[in-house]
Amino acid sequence: MTIKPNSFRSGPDEDGRFGIYGGRFVAETLMPNILALEQAYAEARNDPAYQAEMDGHLTHYVGRPSPLYFAERLTEHFGGAKIYLKREELNHTGSHKVNNVLGQILLARRMGKPRIIAETGAGSHGVATATLCARFGLKCVVYMGAVDVARQASNVFRMKMLGAEVIPVESGTKTLKDALNEALRDWVSNVSDTFYCIGTVAGPHPYPAMVRDFQSIIGNETRTQMQELEGRLPDSLLACVGGGSNAMGLFHPFLDDPTVEIYGVEASGHGLDKLHAASINGGRPGILHGNRTYILMNDDGQIEEGHSISAGLDYPGVGPEHSWLADTGRATYLTATDDEAVEAFQLLSKLEGIIPALESAHALAKLKELAPHKPKDHLMVVNLSGRGDKDVPQVAELLGGKL
Amino acid sequence: MTTRIDTRFAALKAEGRPALVTFVMAGDPGYEASLDILKALPAAGADVIEIGMPFSDPMADGPPIQASGLRALKAGQTLKKTLQIVSDFRKTDNETPLVLMGYYNPVYVYGVDKFLTEALKAGADGLIVVDLPPEEDAELCLPALEAGLNFIRLATPTTDDKRLPRVLENTSGFVYYVSVTGITGSATPDFDEVGRAVARIKRHTDLPVAVGFGVKTAQHAAAVARGADAVVVGSALVEAVRKSLDNEDRATEKTVKAVTDLVAELSAGARSARAVAAE
Repeated sequence: MTIKPNSFRSGPDEDGRFGIYGGRFVAETLMPNILALEQAYAEARNDPAYQAEMDGHLTHYVGRPSPLYFAERLTEHFGGAKIYLKREELNHTGSHKVNNVLGQILLARRMGKPRIIAETGAGSHGVATATLCARFGLKCVVYMGAVDVARQASNVFRMKMLGAEVIPVESGTKTLKDALNEALRDWVSNVSDTFYCIGTVAGPHPYPAMVRDFQSIIGNETRTQMQELEGRLPDSLLACVGGGSNAMGLFHPFLDDPTVEIYGVEASGHGLDKLHAASINGGRPGILHGNRTYILMNDDGQIEEGHSISAGLDYPGVGPEHSWLADTGRATYLTATDDEAVEAFQLLSKLEGIIPALESAHALAKLKELAPHKPKDHLMVVNLSGRGDKDVPQVAELLGGKL
Repeated sequence: MTTRIDTRFAALKAEGRPALVTFVMAGDPGYEASLDILKALPAAGADVIEIGMPFSDPMADGPPIQASGLRALKAGQTLKKTLQIVSDFRKTDNETPLVLMGYYNPVYVYGVDKFLTEALKAGADGLIVVDLPPEEDAELCLPALEAGLNFIRLATPTTDDKRLPRVLENTSGFVYYVSVTGITGSATPDFDEVGRAVARIKRHTDLPVAVGFGVKTAQHAAAVARGADAVVVGSALVEAVRKSLDNEDRATEKTVKAVTDLVAELSAGARSARAVAAE
């Protein structure tokens, strides 16, 4: 049995570990950079000027706070819990990704790094990075698997419009994991002038903690907003988990509130016994991209490709803090299939006039299991991490004449 | 504890000759062909052999070694078979030092204790695991040293004087100096700078210093060997393997010779450095 900690919010330890997860599994070339980043971030987070600059941009450029919206018709539809949506899709660039990118770009500026690199799967993180690089006049290089470049053409064009160089990655399986490998190779080759802006709560320490801190604004706002709206804390939280940054951002401020139930939703693709991307539910602990976490791999420890209809969730790993929250039992990780996600995508569009990202639709897909069984005064928050405009062509093609 | 690596470097030092360290991927292009290549290396001039343990996501390697690993995996190579190839090699060669080189995940999944026991039993002498910096020594480095295997660490141009002692602390066998800030098989390094870096490392340790990444020709080998104790060549050798294959990535009658010819050239290059230096 895993020992319950006194606080679920105190991690990582000084070695960058959440229990056995996390760490710094990188080549020596990168170690000095990672240690310098850790130090620079520690200094920045204690500098009121850094925080003030970030707050200003969050308000005036990103458009925060994002609303906590009572989804009245969705609530009526399920007839149970009172459902709120945290509207991260209303942020500039259309997803939660910008919260993290802003923090890292301001840090890169403090560190005097003129060149930013990033990996992207669906393109949301790439677009957010390209956007802030344009805003601050930084050179931006985005690595994207060649397969993803083909299926997310509009985001590729957006990045280019914003002045970024998009490099299609032809190695390995040509998807997000290979884009991450290639970004790490770039960083190894350009350590002195380059800042690696990782898009999720994964990678070597300090990235999982740093990205979590930047995304925690989601949960912190939710806490305040729910107090204002209902005079108390929410009873449950629901978010999709690929790498898991939107989920960690919502969850983390509530980890030490034992009355708050926490649900992450992984993508089970065609099903857990078939092609999927559910690292916690269908993988086991291993080491990839600088940290120990749940990973999809074969018996020989070779990484397997994740599959999900959502390009933002088909990563074969997950943030190490999620692995730890799963093992300790503080959070529960469910799964939603491609079909369930598409069903939820349509449902939210029709009932609330909001087209969700296919990623976020995985969280919405579990409402049918969770919401009806809760009393009407149960306050449930779903993180609407991104908008679905980018997914409309894909869903239209999938539904054919039915759309 | 003295390993074959220690013995070999001591003998070469006495001879006044630099070592040629050759890297090839276990199982590329297939198990048998790979074993044939390994067996032919010492006679061609390899003093130490690094055997790559293929991994699907080699984040510090350039295209040639990535492709080599994928060919091996496609041909059915596993970590278990890589330990087997060590043991098959040892049936006819009990002297040439063998270093297993790769990434941590396959070893972690195999089980650290089981891996160390079997690697020793098979006849391996040392390990290079790219994604285990000193900060993660408790994972594999310390258990490996305890078990009697060398743990060879990479030092890089970014490893400054302040950090170098930390990197060298639990390193044994030799130190592997990465000549470029980059991935394997990258651009040719600045050999004058490499010479200064090797001298810097030697101020901190008595261990032999090997230099690799970007060494492709006999001239490069000669340039490196002027100051270093060993020259490491990898990408150029796996490229020689690739170029010798048929359309379906199978070995041909040219494969072993393609590798041994290049090794012989590199070996001559490395030896020439000291001959010139002695004049």
